Amino acid sequence: MRGASAKWLSVYAVAYMLFLYAPVVLLPLFAFNDATVVAFPLSSFTTDWFTVLWQTEALHDAVRNSLLVAVAAAVLSTVLGASAARAAARYRFPGKAPAMGFIMLPLVLPEILVAVALLVPIIQLGLSLSLWTVIAGHVLICMPFSVAILGSAFQGLDISLEEASLDLGESRRGTFRRVILPLVMPGVISSLLICFTISLDEFMIAFFLTGTDVTLPVYIWSQLRFPTKLPSIMALGTILLVLSVVLLVLAEWFRRRAARRQGLEASATGGLM
Amino acid sequence: MAPGTSNSIILLDEVTRAFGSFQALKGINAEIREGEFFSLLGPSGCGKTTLLRLIAGFDEPTSGTIMIGGQPMAGIAANRRPTNMVFQSYAIFPHLNVAENVGYGLKTRRMPRADIAAEVERALAMVDLEGFGRRAAHELSGGQRQRVALARALVMRPKVVLLDEPLSALDRKLRDQMQVELRTLQQSIGITFILVTHDQEEALIMSDRIAVMFEGEIAQLASPEELYRRPRTKRVASFIGVMNFLPAGFVAKDDSGVTVEIAALGKVTLRLESIPTTLDPATIDTVGVRPEMFTILSDGREPAERSTPGTVVGTVYYGDMTYYTVQLAGGVEPVTISMRNTAGRSVLPSGSPVTVGWGAESVVLFE
Repeated sequence: MRGASAKWLSVYAVAYMLFLYAPVVLLPLFAFNDATVVAFPLSSFTTDWFTVLWQTEALHDAVRNSLLVAVAAAVLSTVLGASAARAAARYRFPGKAPAMGFIMLPLVLPEILVAVALLVPIIQLGLSLSLWTVIAGHVLICMPFSVAILGSAFQGLDISLEEASLDLGESRRGTFRRVILPLVMPGVISSLLICFTISLDEFMIAFFLTGTDVTLPVYIWSQLRFPTKLPSIMALGTILLVLSVVLLVLAEWFRRRAARRQGLEASATGGLM
Repeated sequence: MAPGTSNSIILLDEVTRAFGSFQALKGINAEIREGEFFSLLGPSGCGKTTLLRLIAGFDEPTSGTIMIGGQPMAGIAANRRPTNMVFQSYAIFPHLNVAENVGYGLKTRRMPRADIAAEVERALAMVDLEGFGRRAAHELSGGQRQRVALARALVMRPKVVLLDEPLSALDRKLRDQMQVELRTLQQSIGITFILVTHDQEEALIMSDRIAVMFEGEIAQLASPEELYRRPRTKRVASFIGVMNFLPAGFVAKDDSGVTVEIAALGKVTLRLESIPTTLDPATIDTVGVRPEMFTILSDGREPAERSTPGTVVGTVYYGDMTYYTVQLAGGVEPVTISMRNTAGRSVLPSGSPVTVGWGAESVVLFE
């Protein structure tokens, strides 16, 4: 009886995983399929759709824009997140709990609300929409992640280490550079990579807050109106899929290596995976 | 104490520290001498660690002055003080190896790399860790981490080394060994050590002088022997070792000494020299006698100044020693008596009638 239900449970689990992730496999499948309609049966193998990508100027602009936005958002939210996490971990000040609550709020707010809420004041203030307004929006939604990752990194830091550094004659700045930064570095890199990934595939805020320059997700959305462009979008999706996996594996590998080198528990320095 | 005596290295003058309404330190006055091993001893929460952190510069006193080497330390941060600390957790930098840890402070002084290497090697040799320079921090045992922390402080050639419960994380055997090693090392290099500890035995073994602290105040500052033999208050007496307290009353004071009447032991006259001048004889209500200052006279032939009959009511056997609980005839509370277990002496069973010997010299007066 028990064996039978356990068996059904694993069948259910496998079916569930297939339902969730099988569509992702369709992406590379149709990317290499030599037909303009996305449908079975498959025809012959081709790399034409990747060649089309190579020749589309608008796509290259979108990629450049997205990289700029993602790098800027990742760096900004990691720097701001590190400051907030450090303040939360080390100091007591009035309004700390509400301040931290506000920083974490975008995590639970629907993105469309965030996007509209940002759009209204920007227009009211007479600012023009550009990639910079997108970056500002992305920093807002990336901050909760970098604060969560870096918060655990700073919390795990023994305050005696900082005091020992000061005691040995090092200045506060020198202590940050020689002790604190190396010890939270795995968290910093995790935060950079996570924020980069979040920003790169974010659509809603980028759609509302951008001007004439579109980011990659917005470009993809605009191309979906043309059925003939669909296979090349599949090809683009395949490239992004591979890049995401490589990025995540890299992030985790780096974090584990750093943790191992310090002889710490893998969780002690913070990380999302 | 005369301020600024030639051999004083640290001077604490009316040092207080308040955290909100809580007075962690209530006016500490002390002079720590150059080259001595000084201990701050007390139960947790007595302010000993707070005081050490004030000396290190991690915290500033609410009022009062701290002088190190004749210089007032107000406004001087930890990184500019001639003190170095061995932390309770050792605070070994986990991302640096042993040599980088020990050389950390020298690097802040912009010392040439070759000189740093030589100094680090010398410091590691001092703590018996030659050749450990390339070890990673996480490859070290507890005892080795403790030595690295010590080497990292010593390599800076500070005027004072501060030790915050440095042995509390070690197991018993290693701790006993490190106590002797630390003491020997301190004596050979002649740097002033200030140790914070809650372990009275550790303080007695290692220190030249001990400040016993309770509730933010120094209850007594004296040598280990003085502290053990002549504790100033009942609280100090019971914190350092074991003390039997017996009710007593003041009888008379004249040129020959102070006479008191002790329950179960009778009248005894103590020489004036053995009584602290701060004690008003009229206020005496208790006397103390250490367990080893009593002897059990098994056949009445051992010489003893005075003796009193009693009955054994309990024994605890420690191998080298036996602790007896003895009810003295006419005594209120039973007393504890420790006896060395010598070849000819067997452990007495409960109920044995005994004669307890003692001497006036061993009696401590309390108000």
